[in-house]
Amino acid sequence: MTYLADVAALTRKDLRVELRGRDTLPAMLLFVLATLVVFHFALPEGSGDTAAYGLLWVAIVFTALLGLARAWVPEQEHRVLDGLVLAPCDRSAIWLGKTLATLVFLLAAQAVALPVFVLFFEPLHAAALAGVVLADVGICAVGSLMAAMAAASRAREVLLPLLVLPLAIPLIVGGVGAAVSADAERFILFLLLYDAVFAVLSWASFEYVVTE
Amino acid sequence: MGLALVLALIVAPEDADQGISQRIFYIHVPIALTAYFCFGLGAVKALLLLWRGDERYDLESYVAIHQGTIFGALTLITGSIWARASWGVWWTWSSNQLVLFLVLFLFYCAYFMLRFSLEEGPRRARSSAVYALFGVALIPVSFLAIRLADDFIHPTVFTRDGPQMSATMFTTFLVAWAAVTLLAYVLYRVELAGKRLDADLRELREALQ
Repeated sequence: MTYLADVAALTRKDLRVELRGRDTLPAMLLFVLATLVVFHFALPEGSGDTAAYGLLWVAIVFTALLGLARAWVPEQEHRVLDGLVLAPCDRSAIWLGKTLATLVFLLAAQAVALPVFVLFFEPLHAAALAGVVLADVGICAVGSLMAAMAAASRAREVLLPLLVLPLAIPLIVGGVGAAVSADAERFILFLLLYDAVFAVLSWASFEYVVTE
Repeated sequence: MGLALVLALIVAPEDADQGISQRIFYIHVPIALTAYFCFGLGAVKALLLLWRGDERYDLESYVAIHQGTIFGALTLITGSIWARASWGVWWTWSSNQLVLFLVLFLFYCAYFMLRFSLEEGPRRARSSAVYALFGVALIPVSFLAIRLADDFIHPTVFTRDGPQMSATMFTTFLVAWAAVTLLAYVLYRVELAGKRLDADLRELREALQ
């Protein structure tokens, strides 16, 4: 139970920092909306809904990357991470807290972006929405670990997309499949599998990444 | 080692009855399998590093992945040549194996970016090890994803019902495979020895100063 309380406290901390500073969420929102407008001009007339679904996924992945790039910045700036690592809690709780907070930001950005997508382009059905949510979970889980690695490096912002994009390719396959395939169930199952595998892997390995 | 390679190259033409392009099979497939093997080895060493905390596994894991990436690049090149010869295009998204290798190649290039932008030390060793472990998890997951993606990217699944391999062809394949694996092993030892020498030299120099 203390583990869950730690996670809840860490997530609350991130959300509160965001509420006070408003560094991440407005940026993500503006970015995803601007991207959707760019897509309107990038898609030639009559290229159809399938292309729009594909581009939606490009927007989702890059918005998530934008949020993840900011994820560990407060910790780095004020050396909070050293304190968190020293705190008497399981280190994986830090990862879970960060993952949940990033997930909340991403879902909040999408709560605006997806209706706008429907308005501008094509309708989304339930399977497509499930695909979005499941892919969000996967990308936040893997991404917050990778962002912690990237934050410790010299290259930082440049490194994060390089680390995350190859790992996100299966998520994009699953998400696009759930949106456009007649047999969406298989893609949902695949996304669940991905989430399970990589969440456990990230959860187990976070400790090694942050300790000196 | 050299003998094995020469043998493979001499034996191979004998039974290449599919036309000359088929011969690249004896190079391409063993290289691909060896690349997988190197990535796997890198991940095993990474796991050992995290488990036991012995620093020598860091270098071993890095060298194995380095070899794997080189062989992965060779796989992409030979695969591309083969695709040009037998399908008439340099690149085809319908070949699952090629796409998988492209994803893996990108992934492991990012591994080097990560490694070279971290400060040297136990933390770099552990971060690289974690990333290497993600790599072996990515291999089956990506493979599954690419198979699934066929579904909506290519409505008709690409099937290639090649003829059964004859005994001689299979033998040639095995010899070629053994040769490439041996080559990879030798390269692995050479690079490892070089890197260790480098590290020793640096330590000595620091001790002298």
